[in-house]
Amino acid sequence: MMQELLQYLFTGITSGAIYAIIAVGYSMLYNSTELINFAQGEFVMIGGMSLMTFWGVLKIPLPFSILLAVAVTALCGLIFERLAIRTAKKDNHVVLIIITVGASIFLRGAAMILWGKEPHSVAQFTSFPPINIGGAVIVFQSLWIIIGALIIAVALDFFYRRSLTGKAMTACAINMRAARLTGIPAGFMVLLAFVISSSTGAVAGSMIGPITMCSYDMGTVLGLKGFCAAMLGGLGSLWGSLAGGIILGILESLGAGYISSGVKDATAFLALLMILYFRPGGLFGKKDIKRF
Amino acid sequence: MKNEIVFNRACFAVLITLVAAAGFFIDNSYYIQTLTLIGINTLLALGLNLLMGYAGQISLGHAAFFAIGSYTTAILTTKFMMSPWLALPAALVLAAAVAYVVGIPTLRLSGYYLGMGTLGFGMIVNICIREWDSYTGGASGLVGIPGLSSPFVSFENPRNFFFLVWAVLILFFIASQRIMDSRVGRALRAIHDNEAASLILGVDTKDLKLKIFVLSAVMAAVSGFLYAHMITFISPGTFDFLASIRIVTMVVIGGMASIWGALFGASLLTLLPEWLHSFADFEMMIYGLILMVVMIFMPQGLTRGLIDIYEQAKSKK
Repeated sequence: MMQELLQYLFTGITSGAIYAIIAVGYSMLYNSTELINFAQGEFVMIGGMSLMTFWGVLKIPLPFSILLAVAVTALCGLIFERLAIRTAKKDNHVVLIIITVGASIFLRGAAMILWGKEPHSVAQFTSFPPINIGGAVIVFQSLWIIIGALIIAVALDFFYRRSLTGKAMTACAINMRAARLTGIPAGFMVLLAFVISSSTGAVAGSMIGPITMCSYDMGTVLGLKGFCAAMLGGLGSLWGSLAGGIILGILESLGAGYISSGVKDATAFLALLMILYFRPGGLFGKKDIKRF
Repeated sequence: MKNEIVFNRACFAVLITLVAAAGFFIDNSYYIQTLTLIGINTLLALGLNLLMGYAGQISLGHAAFFAIGSYTTAILTTKFMMSPWLALPAALVLAAAVAYVVGIPTLRLSGYYLGMGTLGFGMIVNICIREWDSYTGGASGLVGIPGLSSPFVSFENPRNFFFLVWAVLILFFIASQRIMDSRVGRALRAIHDNEAASLILGVDTKDLKLKIFVLSAVMAAVSGFLYAHMITFISPGTFDFLASIRIVTMVVIGGMASIWGALFGASLLTLLPEWLHSFADFEMMIYGLILMVVMIFMPQGLTRGLIDIYEQAKSKK
């Protein structure tokens, strides 16, 4: 009994940490641009697929492969911002939604042609044996994912609170026009926000490969769940998104374990609807938020 | 205004003539099938256009209502041996009820949140279809849905079915035209332009948004019903997230806020994959690219955008 519960918790925390990293990507972008990028999941997929190519196929050492995967994805984010978002009419939400949805379909289609339809497997980062705690097993890759999520969170927290660029980005988030008047290059900050959010997505993507496998269509569900996690914790809040991810992961794993495996995917969307209806600011966000 | 009415009447006359001509003179059953499919897709796009184009409310989960229409009639006719004509009202009532219940909380949201809320709803419906396999057949789908028959004409004949679909579509066309030219239509357009302002002017925005949402859901269910009895086989893949996006694309391409745009967008996107058969793998990329490019450069849609470009060029001369 206890062992079962422990196992579900471990599984939940592992997938939760992935959702958390993706959620942070959504949150950081929303924070500086008030934009929700429906293509975020595709950035995760590109990160995973690039890692598979660099590390699995080209045999480049792992740390460099991760860096390269992040760089490739960040470049995609950069191009997307320059070509699509910057030229679009900004004040119409429906238009922006459709553009990012279009980008996500485009990237998925491109990945299908580039990497094929079948899923690719990626080896574990390290070949340590799984750890056994109280009868429940946790694979070593899970620890890497959790460590990765924590490093990202701490680094971003430090960046936003301590560095001048980070503070400038926060200023843009609060009031874009006022920030521009004080001499902050707002356009560059938006670009930077895109680069940061696509990079975090790439990190999530490169870490998940060994656990699930990479395929061209992995991004959609991951992206949506990352968004659910961000909403659950509080969109725009770094630690809130992180917590939202972990909670969502655990909820899903418990639902799959105790009810049925079919419930697993529905959990996230049910949680999303409930949060949207009853507490749009998120569990840890401010209760009333100006976005409605 | 008067010009517009004349223009619309002329369009209807041309449309009806074309449909009649196509129905009587085209013998190739593949062409007839494609044209029928265009009709079904146009009905879908027309419903979403009322919601997106006129009321300005996005729905990224519209395939859910298409699915409710298809699956209700499919389950009732194959598992309960009901007549399709009895299944039709059941499907419509179910779609309307679901839209009403889901619409009340969802339509309170706006912008991205409405997009995400409707998307989440669409995903949940799709997951339910996949998982509830004792009735829906799960991932492998439902086979053996009967064709439509009646004492006078059999719609199992593709030509008759074609006429049925287009007759239904033209009825909905006229109805939408009427609604949009009425007080309700003006109120909806006001909501599109500025929801707060229209609320102040005394428009019951909540109620109107809900009504138009229910109407568009019912239209999606009608097309779902027709689709199920035309193809006689349905599976969850037809109603997934990409399907919802395809409907949005039809509306966007055709041009929001124009019922003729829905026809244009649906025709283009039904024919495109047929033309691009050899590029099957590129279909997704092309879809994505069309969505992005049209929205970036012609946020009003392709029809409106092209007209604007034409008029600009004319005024320059």
